Amino acid sequence: MYAYDELDRTLINERVSEFRDQVKRRLSGELTEDEFKMLRLQNGVYLQLHAYMFRVAIPYGTLSSKQLRTLAHVARRYDRGYGHFTTRQNIQYNWIKLSELPDALADLAEVGIHAMQTSGNNMRNVTSDQWAGVAPGEIEDPRIWSEILRQHTTLHPEFSFLPRKFKIAITASDHDRAAIKIHDIGLRLYRNAEGETGFEVLVGGGLGRTPFIAKTIKPFVSRRDILSYVEAILRVYNQYGRRDNIYKARIKILVHELGIEKFAAEVEEEWEHIRDSALTLEDSVIEEIRSRFSYPAYDKLPHMPEELKKTAHDPHFEAWRRNSVFTHKVQGYSIVTLSLKPVGGPPGDATADQMDAVADLADKYSFGEIRVGHEQNLVLPHVAKRDLPALWKALDKIGLATPNINLVSDIIACPGLDYCSLANARSIPIAQELTRRFANHETANMIGRLHINISGCINACGHHHVGHIGILGVEKNGEEFYQITIGGRADENAQMGTLIGPAVPYGDVADVIEDIVEAYLALRARPDELFVDTVKRLGVEPFRERVYATR
Amino acid sequence: MTSPLQQKIKITGPSMVTANRTSDGIVIYRTAQQGWSASLSDAAVVRTSDEARALLAEANADDVGAVGAYIAPVELKDSGEIKPGNLRERIRSKGLTIDLLPA
Repeated sequence: MYAYDELDRTLINERVSEFRDQVKRRLSGELTEDEFKMLRLQNGVYLQLHAYMFRVAIPYGTLSSKQLRTLAHVARRYDRGYGHFTTRQNIQYNWIKLSELPDALADLAEVGIHAMQTSGNNMRNVTSDQWAGVAPGEIEDPRIWSEILRQHTTLHPEFSFLPRKFKIAITASDHDRAAIKIHDIGLRLYRNAEGETGFEVLVGGGLGRTPFIAKTIKPFVSRRDILSYVEAILRVYNQYGRRDNIYKARIKILVHELGIEKFAAEVEEEWEHIRDSALTLEDSVIEEIRSRFSYPAYDKLPHMPEELKKTAHDPHFEAWRRNSVFTHKVQGYSIVTLSLKPVGGPPGDATADQMDAVADLADKYSFGEIRVGHEQNLVLPHVAKRDLPALWKALDKIGLATPNINLVSDIIACPGLDYCSLANARSIPIAQELTRRFANHETANMIGRLHINISGCINACGHHHVGHIGILGVEKNGEEFYQITIGGRADENAQMGTLIGPAVPYGDVADVIEDIVEAYLALRARPDELFVDTVKRLGVEPFRERVYATR
Repeated sequence: MTSPLQQKIKITGPSMVTANRTSDGIVIYRTAQQGWSASLSDAAVVRTSDEARALLAEANADDVGAVGAYIAPVELKDSGEIKPGNLRERIRSKGLTIDLLPA
């Protein structure tokens, strides 16, 4: 956990007071909507179909139990008793009243939570690996670097009016759980041949209507230089990024139009001016930030405790353990993922009661800490293996023990046309139907790792381009249709999926996905060849034939 | 800047003006009495582009009470009942199409 200092607390409280005054002036008519819109967006407040939507930041996906209880309180007191965890480690409330927003922000501020960097054309929540600090083999905790960037860019005047929003993700593991290659800047922390720790810097990734995989702009930047180097990239983007066309304003377009070599040369030139400046991160600065992260005092525990041996005969527990429990860097402990994808449920939603219950379980079994992943699930990062049976029983009671992590029903989905004013088609009911079709755990397990991502419009909040199966909602003559892509992935081997053919109507989507999965089962070389590897080996043609032969 | 009264607005069938209420964001409809209602059945229905333009201009003038006013199609039943003219407006009028809890 990161502990805010007095400066952080003052900043958050002042921000609440400022916004309270702005809301008051808006409601009295002193501010017009045109004047107010940018102010509300800088505080995470959007206008959606049914109401205002309030997006709250969960920096690098880390929450204390106290913070999660406050998120539950906001859901219960100011909204309709639930929240939606997003693909960028934020939470959204869908029914918030503008008149009550300052009070909600004030309640959140009491536990160090805010809505800065959740909207607007500025730096967004710097995301990270939800297993940060506990993943085996990790170089070091990447959240330290997320926090340094968060502090430097929050309310930074130079980065508050960028051509468009700007997203950074950081990983420090070989396996990328933070999807860094689809971010404006992706940072991969590693140790070079000389033993020095630094970053591979990638730039220009992103989805939306013009998707690109990020390209490496510099293979190694020393950690002391990372702030100045990122700032150099932002300066080049701020200077040359297009402001005349919202669809061409993201840095990915600039990188594409200039070419990575020319863009890199511009960054190098800018960097020369600022690399040896106050932006240089001395060890003492890094240690100061690091010192504000607290880590659990782990016990020395056996690898296989008696409690685990005794419960191993229970097939339901074993199904959950094999699916949702992952290896921790400390012997005797586990990382546990809590599925927010129950059969028939909206992906990523949690009720206030569930949030409270998870906070209690975090206190009891995970040193009071919870993580949020971009796959829209929660994580308890420090669970003693001896506690796994008791935790499983407790999670099952509150509907959070569905053993489907990374399986076909662990679907990433945006809110879609049920909530979003930008959407062309619904996402959630498609996801709900698919979870019902693949509800049988044995079948889902037999299919193996398969990520389905659904977006209700081309803005791609559901990351459909990088789903093993991607589903994109479009509108044709007033009807919902869906384009299907296959073969995408968001990890260290990230790539865009390939369209398999014409869009299909709403009522056919689940049948089409079943056809694709059946084709995969018939075509895979071995039971352990993953869907995405079968697509890579065979291409999309056999799947296209299967889907469209009778349509 | 183009005056709202001169903006190109073309409707192809019966339409209404809808927005969200500023204080709480709920869906509202412009009425023939120059006010707002949370019920679609109270909406003023316009049939020509000129009428639509005028109704929208009147709605936009109420910047304190409403946010994001726009013209949307409606379907008029023989009984006189006003129905939303597309899926987006059906969802805004009737609410979510999904189960919030697993089912």
